[in-house]
Amino acid sequence: MQKLFLPLLVVTAALFAYAPFAIQNAPYESTMGLVQKIFYFHVPSWMAMFSAACVCGIAGALVIFGGRKDADRVAEAAAELAVLFGLMGLLTGPLWGRKAWGVWWQWDARLTSALVMWLVFVAYLLLRKYGGPGSEKLSAVLALFGMANVPFVYWSVNVWRTVHPKTSVVMTLAPSMGRPFLLCSLAFMGLFGVLLAARVRLQNVRATVDELYLSIED
Amino acid sequence: MKKAALLLMLVLAAVPVFAAQPPTAPDGFVPASSLPGQEQLPAAPLVIAAYSIVWLLVLGYVWSIWNRIGKAERELADVSRRIAASQRR
Amino acid sequence: MRKDLLIEFRSREVIYTTLFFAVACVLVFAFGFVREGIPVDDAAAGILWIAIAFSGTLALGRTFERERQNDTLRALMLSPVDRPALYLGKLAGVLLLLAAVEAVIAPLIALMFHAPLFAFPMLMALLLAAGTVGFSAVGTLFAAMLVRARSRDVLLPVLLYPITIPVIIAGVRGSAALLQPEADVPVARMWLSMLVFFDIVFVTLALWTFEPAMTE
Repeated sequence: MQKLFLPLLVVTAALFAYAPFAIQNAPYESTMGLVQKIFYFHVPSWMAMFSAACVCGIAGALVIFGGRKDADRVAEAAAELAVLFGLMGLLTGPLWGRKAWGVWWQWDARLTSALVMWLVFVAYLLLRKYGGPGSEKLSAVLALFGMANVPFVYWSVNVWRTVHPKTSVVMTLAPSMGRPFLLCSLAFMGLFGVLLAARVRLQNVRATVDELYLSIED
Repeated sequence: MKKAALLLMLVLAAVPVFAAQPPTAPDGFVPASSLPGQEQLPAAPLVIAAYSIVWLLVLGYVWSIWNRIGKAERELADVSRRIAASQRR
Repeated sequence: MRKDLLIEFRSREVIYTTLFFAVACVLVFAFGFVREGIPVDDAAAGILWIAIAFSGTLALGRTFERERQNDTLRALMLSPVDRPALYLGKLAGVLLLLAAVEAVIAPLIALMFHAPLFAFPMLMALLLAAGTVGFSAVGTLFAAMLVRARSRDVLLPVLLYPITIPVIIAGVRGSAALLQPEADVPVARMWLSMLVFFDIVFVTLALWTFEPAMTE
């Protein structure tokens, strides 16, 4: 696992370095023009957020049902990343929507459910910070509920009539748009992996320090 | 620590690449079917803002992790030293 | 389960304070949303569910605070009671409490906001029941788990509201559909089925995680 970190980092950095070229060369969308290019970062941000939410939920399940302490470190790292990538998505979306829809925000099914899911992971972080000892299990339960939100948010745009584009848009992209999109998606997933590894490393170091403190007290 | 330094170098290297690529200026590019009077709101500031936000958030987070790992590793070294010192006695 | 209910009934403190809080909540909203004797449109549905959510949170906090002070929860955990039954017992207690609250504030809201809450009594009752079950299922789980945590009073709303916002939204939309001048029954039924879906997911998740999460 450790050996993968550096290659992943290099690949991710290369993808991000190339991304502006790819995005600039992508064709304009016919009705939205330049502002549609936010799409290349907006959708991958949410993809990374969903991944973080699922990683957090699965790690939480491992904590509760498997009793694995090390899963808890991954859960906390993933929750932080879920908040980070969610924030990216929540900020880039309205910037696009302001031009495309004329409003910064709409309380439709997709936007509302996405915001709520993001709030669940913010609550997770608050719980870990202020809940005191023993909040690992409770936060794991919270993470499970948060992960249950992911399919709901994803399909909300297909089930209800919302102002947000449907999921079929990604599947039916023209190749000239599909290639930069794929590139950015891979870049964001790589970024997610890199940041997750770094954040888990922080948790590991902190855990080692705690163990050492405990051994001193003996 | 070497890994962290490499990470920082690569990230910093990407920034000038991005900076040298100005987001496309609106002049000369006319969207395919939009008419001038439709929406006066210029898109370029929004696009620039969106990409800047993403970059700032990523860099800010990387910096935050860097700081926290540094602090934790210093603490680790400190505690290890104290243990080693107490064991020598 | 019966023991829990007996304990709930014997101490009237929680039910009286929760009822009072719910009524006060509705009154405050009434002053806010009724201008010159005419209520703002669709206010009734929102206020009904907000009052349920707030008083529910209060009731959950008070109920489990009592448990914590008497350390009865740990005693119950040590007893050979089946864990899911323990959770369901607590849930039943909370549901009864909230049902009492709703029985009081629903007529009150109907009165103050000129809202025809009893035009479709069966459907409205089902909406209220389904929404309350969803809210309480998550609330009971979190309140029980927070018993031993720090800052539990503040953390219960922080944890509970993001998860239950979809339930509240569905409840409000369903009730609002019924309270319109030309009541939209199919839409209300759609929201009801959505609430039932939430209930199944939440109760299942809660039953699944209650035992492993509560044991040390």
